[in-house]
Formats: sequence, structure tokens, C-alpha cells
Amino acid sequence: MSKKGLLIDYKYCTGCHSCEVACKNHLDLPVGKWGIKLIEVGPFIIEQGTPDKFEWIYLPVPTELCDMCVDEVEKGYKPMCAHHCLGDCIDYGTVEELAKLMESRPGKQTLYMPID
Amino acid sequence: MSSWKYEEDGCTVVETCAWSPPGDHPVGCGLKLYVKNGELVKAIGNPEHPITNGRLCPRCLALREYIYHPQRVIYPMKRAPEDRGKDAWTRISWAEAYDLIEENVARIKKEYGAEAIFSVIGTGRDMWHTVPFITFGALGSPNFTYIHSGWSCYGPRCAISAYTLGAGYPEVDYAAMFQDKRYDHPDYKLTEVLVVWGKEPLKSNADGLFGHAFVDMMKRGTKIISVDPRLTYWGKNAEYWLQLRPGTDAALALAMLNVIVNEDLYDHEFCENWVFGWDELKERVQEYPPEKVAEITWVPKEQIIGAARLYANANPGSISWGLATDQKCNGVQFAHALLALMCCCGNIDVPGGIIVGAPSFAAPMWWGWDSLSPEMQAKRLGSDSGMGGDRYPAVTTAISTAQPDMPLDAMETGYPYPLKMSWIMSSNPIACPTAAPQRWDKAFKKLDFNVVCDLFMTPSAASFGDLFLPVSTFAEKDGIVNTHYGSLSMFTGAINKAIQVGECKADDEILLELGKRLNPSAFPWETMDEFLTWELDQYIPGMSIEELRDKKWAVPEWNYLKYRNGLQNFDGQDGFVTASRKIELMEPLFAEWGDDPLPYYEEPPYSPVNTPNLMKEYPFVLTTGARSWVFFHSEQRHVDTLREIHPDPITEIHPETAQTLGIKNGDWIWVENQFGKAKQRAKLFSGIDRRVIHSEHAWWYPERPAVDGEFGPEDVFLSNINNLVPHKLIGKLGFGSPYKAMICKVYKAED
Ligand code: SF4
Ligand code: SF4
Ligand code: SF4
Repeated sequence: MSKKGLLIDYKYCTGCHSCEVACKNHLDLPVGKWGIKLIEVGPFIIEQGTPDKFEWIYLPVPTELCDMCVDEVEKGYKPMCAHHCLGDCIDYGTVEELAKLMESRPGKQTLYMPID
Repeated sequence: MSSWKYEEDGCTVVETCAWSPPGDHPVGCGLKLYVKNGELVKAIGNPEHPITNGRLCPRCLALREYIYHPQRVIYPMKRAPEDRGKDAWTRISWAEAYDLIEENVARIKKEYGAEAIFSVIGTGRDMWHTVPFITFGALGSPNFTYIHSGWSCYGPRCAISAYTLGAGYPEVDYAAMFQDKRYDHPDYKLTEVLVVWGKEPLKSNADGLFGHAFVDMMKRGTKIISVDPRLTYWGKNAEYWLQLRPGTDAALALAMLNVIVNEDLYDHEFCENWVFGWDELKERVQEYPPEKVAEITWVPKEQIIGAARLYANANPGSISWGLATDQKCNGVQFAHALLALMCCCGNIDVPGGIIVGAPSFAAPMWWGWDSLSPEMQAKRLGSDSGMGGDRYPAVTTAISTAQPDMPLDAMETGYPYPLKMSWIMSSNPIACPTAAPQRWDKAFKKLDFNVVCDLFMTPSAASFGDLFLPVSTFAEKDGIVNTHYGSLSMFTGAINKAIQVGECKADDEILLELGKRLNPSAFPWETMDEFLTWELDQYIPGMSIEELRDKKWAVPEWNYLKYRNGLQNFDGQDGFVTASRKIELMEPLFAEWGDDPLPYYEEPPYSPVNTPNLMKEYPFVLTTGARSWVFFHSEQRHVDTLREIHPDPITEIHPETAQTLGIKNGDWIWVENQFGKAKQRAKLFSGIDRRVIHSEHAWWYPERPAVDGEFGPEDVFLSNINNLVPHKLIGKLGFGSPYKAMICKVYKAED
């Protein structure tokens, strides 16, 4: 069986937090626990000017609690984080397919394989 | 079972399009609500929805938690006026609640006249027909109000659209009306350059614009110009990020026009044939050369010129104007300048440009107005008749409300007449919209009778409510959602009831039931469906509510370039609905009302240029009210999943500034000026100018008890940034207050 992954095209991640809340609904998680958690890098100045030029990244990170939404996928839905992602920047599929997709597009992307 | 209601997974699924409550703006996002034994067990996005495609914000994803929150009020309650501010509510029946309203309305009408009753609405929600209709049709008063000083949200933009454009609200064309193919539809052309000005559509989805559509467009190649004092997703991804000094937008827009005029980048055919006052405007913009405006706005000259060229050469270009347009005394003039920028490059009503609504006589905010006698109409606060105190015809001609600051004056002074009763529906006045909120709180406390229709015990209800009517969420009601409240309908969706919670009623059920009691002739509908079919007929003639439910959503008839095809005017002739039948970049009405007919820049009342002496004590420019991902204004602070994401009121300070003040990331601080102060948590943020501070609005703490001294006053004023904004510091025409352009100092607070 081919392994499943989540491909994040994170230049389009707006930091909206929908993946986090959708995932909490799916896994029924309380405050303090996350199946996927957003991290923020920056903003910090890469080049001073008027205005300054910035790096600023939002990136969701699946945790150990992620179950890849197997039950939803069985019913024909995408994983709940991908389904609700406002930036439409999470793809689900086999690691193989996703790696191909990743190669065909410009950066910034990252591929997760949260579980076996 | 039907297209929108069926069985799946052992649940009944109800498909619906969201509006409010909770929140929110009329995007009509698609949801599938899973119901088991009458309880909502799951809510997910509907992937079939043509605009949102299943995507949802955290606010709707937390719907279950919101609906079944233990603090939700689900029965009508009353409290004796002497117990205001105390937790001394008694549960009553709806019949008793309506009796109480009927008694008070009759008594007040007899003793003081119906004008002594006023209603208060909140922004964006599904009741821009309900509250005016209750006010005019049921309560019989002309005083429908929105008490955000200077109508500083939508007001200036609405006025400009009404007077100078004579069309429904202009909006970016994101192919919403092509429901099948969207951006790939052959009639659509992708926006080449999109100017996002003073707006954060990703968080706000303002007025029904689905903000993430701009991300969809960016993926397809749309280039961005961001105009914002703060770095946002747009600034980070922009060709040009114009980081202007808050409040100086009008100068920047006029300088961009200066470049476009002097470099001959404008659309000659359009400006000569469809614009009134083009020559005068060309002359006016000579007063705003980029060098001079660079000094005013802090945006370097090269960037002003570069951004103007990029926009002007785009085919098509488009502009999305935001709330920041309105929250300044100079808001009308800025909106006017921005409209000039929208139209001078030929982008009005073209594919991928800026589309405008067709003319409409019966804007929902006027429903019920005709049921008032002319004498009663003349008493509206701010009316041009003079019988409602000071005249603000620019406000009261385009908009059905009273001038927003005048109810406070009337409550405090009794001029032009005393107010005695309020009907507050979807507003939390002392936590959110009002400037000088403590004065409003005192004034409401002086009234005889305050009715609050809401879902939770807000600080306002806790402080001065006498009767609390519990309201349904969108999952508990039937209705219609229409982008831009019908003034520019790119999407019309059915809101379908899935569940019932306690004895809550939809705002429109309250409207019909109370209307039938107080003034039956104005409310002829027997059922909600009859009313909704009548409502829908105003947007999509001939369609019944049942038909809309079956289709789930529909698009009202749509055309581009309406002004060239006899579709923009009531008489079937070409042109716009203005006296000149052109877009009036010189507006004779403004001159008639005592203002300049052409757009101009005016310094904010308190600023480094206007009040340099005060700046010694309050050295920073203060801007307020940036949106949150998880809150709609003062709502949702009690929803744990959302509060976890955004726990505290945030004030953003540049790290270098913070260092000079000895402030560290996460410190509690006071933001203070000559009008008041607010306690917030510092966030060091390098995406803001070193001379500017930004603070969030609408904060209160529902985790504390609902009594005076706890989340009721004074606590609601602890972090309320509007303590720093004075009452009625507004533009000449009655519009615009400097919520986004004040001054302040900042210092460390105790924890
Ligand atoms: S795939 Fe994993 S991270 Fe995404 S919603 Fe499902 S459980 Fe959460
Ligand atoms: S839902 Fe998508 S856009 Fe939003 S934070 Fe998660 S990954 Fe980013
Ligand atoms: S909160 Fe977000 S998802 Fe819900 S209706 Fe508003 S815009 Fe749509």
C-alpha cells in the first residue's frame, strides 16, 4: 500500500487557522492539544528600506495525533484540514503523486508523511 | 428528502449558506450541517459551493461550540430597571416579552412621541432589512441608528457610491457570478493588478467579498499593490507595499492620480464621455505632486509613481477599498479620490475590473420607511428638515439611518428631543462601535426601557438591558443571503433551518411577530416562507424561496458595462443615476451641502503635522481595529477553541520602538492619550512603522461574571481602545471619525 502524505504549498498559507480548528473538530481535541499546529516564522527584515523587505512564513505542522482522516477519506472526502484550508494550499495523496506535484510547482513547499 | 436535506452517516444533513449570527458578512459560505436527534453533531464546508468550495473560517468551524455554549441565553428574560448592572434576570415567555414591549412602546409614544424610541444595529449582519423594518414599520419611529461615530464603516463609501456613481457598491470582479467555470469562464478576464487598499479581506470577508478569492486570483497571476500602514499577507506578496502614515490615504490617492494625469496614463474615451468634472479634477490633482505627498504620507516618491504606473497600465486593474476608507474625518473625500482612481483607467464594470450594482429603488434599509407619516419622517435625527436637530443631509439622503453621533447628544441634552427607549439588535454598543463608550453607557442607563436582542449576555446587555430576547444562529433559521446586502448581488443563497435551540427566534421571526402586534397593516405575511419569497422577489424577480432552496443558490441577472447598454439607469437610457448621468468626480451636491465638490486631503485632527505640541506627550500615531481570524468584532471571546488562538487584546509596536520604551514582547501595557486609556498586551511586530502603534478593538472578558464592575462596566472599558477616540469628531458632511488616525503614548502596566 502506498504511503499517504500532505503537501503544503506554503507561500499560499495565509495563517488562517482553519486547518487547526477543522482538525480539532475531527479528532475532538480540547484546548492545549493539536492534530495540526500552525507555526509562524517572522516577520523579520531581510533588507532594510522604505518599506523594509520581509520574510514571513506560516506553516502548518501535523502532530502525532494526526490520523490522516482515514474515516473521512473512506467516505470520499479530503482530510478535514485540506477540505477547509482557506488558502487551498494543502494537497492529499500518495507520497509518490505528491512528490511529483511538488516538483512541478515553484517553491515554497513541504511534504509531510505524518504516520505510516 | 430533497436536494438540500438528506440522510448521510445516520444523520440528517441540511445544506445551508451561512450568514449571521455568529458574525458575519453576507458571503453565504456553503455548509453541511449534520443533525442527530435534533442536535447539531457536525458542521463541515460544502465542497459543491461555487465560491467557497468547502472552505470555512475558524469561526464557522467552531459553530457547534458557539451554538451549545453554556453561557448562551436561550430564553427571553427581563430585569427591573433598578437592577441594571446586576445578575437579577427572570425567565419569561415570549408572550410576556411582547406584552412588555407593547406596553412600553404605547406609553412612550403617548408621552413623548414615537421619535423617542430608537433602534441600534451592528455591522454586516443578516438584518439590514430587519432592524430598519422593525424601527419604521413596527415601532413607528424614524430613528434607525448605527452608532459607530461618523458612520465610519461603509458610510463614506456608500455615500460616494450613491451620490457620485449612482450605482450599487463597486467591488472587485472575482468571477463570482460565473458559478460553473469561475475564472475560466470565457466572459471573464483575470485582474492583472489588484490594489488592496485599507482592507484585510482574508479575515473580514467584508460585505460578502470572499477574501481568499484574492489568493485564488494571485495563484493565477494577479499582481498585488498593498496600501496599508501594517504588513499583511498582501504587503508580503505585493509588487508595491505602500506603507503610509495612517489617515493620509486621500493625499496618496490624489498623488497617484497626479501621476496618471501628468503621464497621460488615463483612459481618454472614458474620462471624456463618462466622467463629470474631469478637467477640474485634473487641475485639483496638480496640488498633490508625489514629492509633496511623499512627505505627507511617508511613502517614498518613487513608490507612489511606480505603483500608479503599474495600476494604470494594467488591463484590467482593480481596486478593493476597505473599512479604513471610512474611519477618518476625511473619509468621504478619500473615497471620492479612490473612485476617481477606479474609473480613470476605464476599469468600471469591465470583466476583471470593478463591477457595480444595477440601480435598485427598494434598498432593504428603507423597508417600512413609507409606513411613517411625512411629519414623523421629518423628525429623524440629522434630517434635512431641521426637525431632527442639526442637519446632516449627506448622511440622511443616501442612508436610512439617523446621523450616528446624534442619539448620544439627544440622550445627554434632550435636544432636539429626549430619547426614552432603545431597541438593540446585533450590537454591543459599549464594547465595540461607539467612540467615548463610557458616555454612551451612562446615557443608555438614563433611558426608560432598553431591549437587547442577542445570543449572549454582552457587557451592554448586562449594564443596561431591561429585556433580553434570545436570537437564533443561522443554523436555526430560514433566510436569504445576498452579497452586499443586495446592492451588488453576485450570489444569492438559501439559509436553511437545521435545528432549534431553546426558545430562540430568528431576527426575522421577531420582526414579523412584533410587527403583526404593533402595526399589522405593514406586515401582511402569514408565514416566514411568504415573507422570504417576497424578499427574494426584490433580488431575483419571480423566484420563490422553495425554488431557491432546491437550487441551493442562484445568481441574479448579471451584465457588464451596464452604463453603455441602458441597464444602469431606471429609464433604460445610457449613463449612471446622477444628475449629469456621468460619474461625478466633481459632485455639485457636496458644494450644496457646504463641502468641496472635488476630493481633497485634510490632515487628521490629531497628528504630527496638526498638533506637534501634543505629540511631545503622545508621540505615536495610533491606528486601531485590525481584524482577527477568529473573532467578529466583540463576538466569540467565550469560545475556548477560538480564544486559544487569540487570547488577549494585542497592541503592535515596532521592536526598536519597544526597546526604547523598555517594553518586551507579551508585556501588559497602557495605550493612552488625552481622551482615555486601554490596557492591552504588547506584540513586537516589525511590520509596522516605528512611529505608529496599532491596537485591537472590541475586547471584553466573558470569563468574568456578568455584573457591573466585572465584565459589565467598568471592566468592559479596561481594554476598550475606543476610550481614546472622542465623541463626534467627524467630517463636515457628518461622516468619518478618526478611529484609525489618533495619537497616543505607550507605557508598561502592572500585570
Ligand atoms: S489529516 Fe491529520 S492534520 Fe489533517 S485534519 Fe486529518 S487528522 Fe488533522
Ligand atoms: S488552513 Fe491552509 S491557509 Fe489556513 S493556516 Fe492552515 S494551511 Fe494555512
Ligand atoms: S465566518 Fe467565514 S466561513 Fe463563516 S460565513 Fe463568515 S466568511 Fe463564511
